[in-house]
Amino acid sequence: MAGHATYEPKNRAAQWLERRLPVLSFTHASFVVFPTPRNLNYWWNFGAILTFMLAAQLATGVVLAMHYTPHVDLAMSSVEHIMRDVNYGWLLRYLHGNGASLFFFAVYIHILRGLYYGSYKEPREVLWILGVIIFLLMIATAFMGYVLPWGQMSFWAATVITNLFSAIPFVGEAVTQWLWGGFAVDNPTLNRFYSLHYLLPFMIAGVVVLHIWALHVPGNGNPTGVEVKDGQDTVSFHPYYTIKDFFGLTIFLILLAWVVFYVPNYLSHPDNYIPANPLVTPAHIVPEWYFLPFYAILRAIPNKLFGVIALFGSIAILVFVPWLDTSRVRSATFRPIYRQFFWIFVATGIGLGYLGSQPPEGGYVIAARILTFYYFAHFLIVMPVVGLLERPKPLPTSITESVLAKGAAAGAKG
Amino acid sequence: MASTDTADHPEPTRRDFLYIATGAVGGVGAALIAWPLIDQMNPDAAALALATTEVDVSTIAPGMSLTVKWRGKPVFIRNRTPEEIEAARSVPLAELPDQAARNQNLPLDALATDQNRATPEQENWLVQVGVCTHLGCVPLGESGPYGGWFCPCHGSVYDTAGRIRSGPAPENLLIPKYEFTSDTTILIG
Amino acid sequence: MKLTARILLGAAAVVLALPASAQEEHAQPTHFPIETPELQRWSFAGPFGKFDPAQLKRGYQVYKEVCSNCHSMNLIAFRHLGDEGGPHFSEAEVRALAAEYQIVDGPDDFGDMFERPGRPSDHFPSPFANVQAAAAANGGAAPPDLSLMAKARGAPRGLGWALADFFTQYQEGGPDYVHALLTGYPDEAPAGIDVPEETYFNPYFLGAVSLKMAPPLSDDLVEYADGSPQTVDQYAKDVSAFLMWAAEPHLVERKRLGFMTIVFLVVFAGLMYLTKKKVWSKVAH
Repeated sequence: MAGHATYEPKNRAAQWLERRLPVLSFTHASFVVFPTPRNLNYWWNFGAILTFMLAAQLATGVVLAMHYTPHVDLAMSSVEHIMRDVNYGWLLRYLHGNGASLFFFAVYIHILRGLYYGSYKEPREVLWILGVIIFLLMIATAFMGYVLPWGQMSFWAATVITNLFSAIPFVGEAVTQWLWGGFAVDNPTLNRFYSLHYLLPFMIAGVVVLHIWALHVPGNGNPTGVEVKDGQDTVSFHPYYTIKDFFGLTIFLILLAWVVFYVPNYLSHPDNYIPANPLVTPAHIVPEWYFLPFYAILRAIPNKLFGVIALFGSIAILVFVPWLDTSRVRSATFRPIYRQFFWIFVATGIGLGYLGSQPPEGGYVIAARILTFYYFAHFLIVMPVVGLLERPKPLPTSITESVLAKGAAAGAKG
Repeated sequence: MASTDTADHPEPTRRDFLYIATGAVGGVGAALIAWPLIDQMNPDAAALALATTEVDVSTIAPGMSLTVKWRGKPVFIRNRTPEEIEAARSVPLAELPDQAARNQNLPLDALATDQNRATPEQENWLVQVGVCTHLGCVPLGESGPYGGWFCPCHGSVYDTAGRIRSGPAPENLLIPKYEFTSDTTILIG
Repeated sequence: MKLTARILLGAAAVVLALPASAQEEHAQPTHFPIETPELQRWSFAGPFGKFDPAQLKRGYQVYKEVCSNCHSMNLIAFRHLGDEGGPHFSEAEVRALAAEYQIVDGPDDFGDMFERPGRPSDHFPSPFANVQAAAAANGGAAPPDLSLMAKARGAPRGLGWALADFFTQYQEGGPDYVHALLTGYPDEAPAGIDVPEETYFNPYFLGAVSLKMAPPLSDDLVEYADGSPQTVDQYAKDVSAFLMWAAEPHLVERKRLGFMTIVFLVVFAGLMYLTKKKVWSKVAH
């Protein structure tokens, strides 16, 4: 193993601690000398970026909670108090709200990386499923967070999404009223969303710990999809990937800074600056951009119950990907046919997102239905069939071989 | 290249300068990120705006007190009788456990004479923050052996000039910044 | 439902067209705004944008003399008028402005509410006691609070512009909308468009064909002490800028801090990149 060394506590205090709770040696093994494939590309930065964004959302969220009031009459004015009077309140609020957007941007890239490089394949199925659980918790957290400012979109998004549960046969009404704490979205709903919005991110942090643990059992995947064979294939996590992750994070922070400081309201809807009014529905109810593809899928199905099933199904289907994909080859680098379908899938997702932002009229309706069908077809038809029928390109025998081949090719060109 | 590796404590190389520079800039960045997270807990603009309060004292007769809220704390405004003033004046300074005036309108080293505790040229007016200097309870007015203030929590006794005479409180009651903006109006803070 | 409505309206248009008339016929519009706002040049636009304190003072004057008769602005306190990056009135001016208002306070020691002159810490008072009074006094429609109006409005700009706006930093949809609305009342509604009673046609309005607010501005309505043109257009520009400040009082500080942050991050990214290259220089990857 490249650079593998057992941790030796250097001083008496470290030795004392090490004997009682070996955190230092654990950290050393997991994040300093941990053998990591040497050929990871920048798409592998997003795990660290996501961890940072979780910490950032937790930090900004906890301080915002010091100033926010979760009551229907006071919520919006407490948020405006933060924006106007609290020291750097405007910065913390914009960081938190736009941080959520960038958190989802990063998670979609992270998921797409997984889909492209077959990161979900044996023996990383549990790692993948833990990821889907994190994604679901993120969705719930973000949805509840958006309700807290109690603007028009907050209120009506809450109404639409909680009403989905009334589609459940027999118990739907009761479940919805249980969620609401009343007969409509109102103060009890706001209060419980605030409590859960504060709680769920800590559960996300717990599942992230499991996620990283599940990763460390087999070790990282890599762009070739060929597993690590020996120490030649890897380098120690520190300093190689600590530095590379910091660099990638810095670039990501430039994007975050651009949004927060220059276009902080670009990703949100002006209607959310109108105080919530249960008697007036906005002309177009739209969720935040990261929910738009799923919103399009929901609206594409003309039946209430099946629309809800399609919505939840579109996320639940991710759980089964390790078994839907029949390919014996992990990485799309060596799967020329599947690679095309991957990019069509990405385009489908973007298309669904656009359709989710438009009113469900005219040509948009049929387009949403076609793309919804294709979304599910990608998982249920393309993945199994292409995996079985495709002839993949020959794989390198090891990571080291692929790295040396790349170096030789670069040398030949130069 | 790696020639300095074998030395015990090598001269910083160009590579090390890069690492040091990057680390330093990163450290500055971390501090800059931390500052707003810490500063947001400081009093915000709305709290700072309530830093002063105006009180109409025209209805306070001699021998009467008024308690108002200022910066979240009680302020005792008392229109003292001549007897109370006389009682306070007759106390030698040496008898006082705390000989400092504790008056924010005067320099720190002013002594706790009755003149330094009361309003200049209007000695009947005594304005003090009604928070016991021991552990923060609100003392009761017109009580205790001197007819001043008495704190029921742990028995601190203050005289008619609000000075500590006995009990665990270490300091005289604090006199905040204030001024008479008219014959009948005090601006506190 | 929308499809049925359009079919019906289309049929109605056909029916109305049958008695051949020399007039130009307009179909009843269903998508709003009927016309998109013209983009204005704002001093606060762009990465180095700043508010013009003189303009904000004029805008405040327009708000106070015209708009505040119907519209509250209850998130703004008088002390905000003295803030840097805003109208930047002096402390004495702020106290004087506040004292011009009577603020309801209390209850007093007898349990009654009373009125007293305003203080800098007070928020702008509402012209009406509550929403119901506001609606009753305005034909059933309560005039909305204006504190956030500049961020609560913005006409849809189409996909192309929407993507470009991310890079051009266009965030002035609100002020452009308010300016267009205030200057956009035509002398009469186009023929063939049905305008409900006691409402006023405005092609820039986001919600419907017409709105309850009568044209509030006219030339020479407000007297400017600094000699600026006393035209509807100038009033609309000034009050729109004032509303933008009211919605985003920290705009200037935000953009200033943004510039320094991005410069810092770019420099830091450069250092990180060199460090990364150095660390990886001896490792094949």
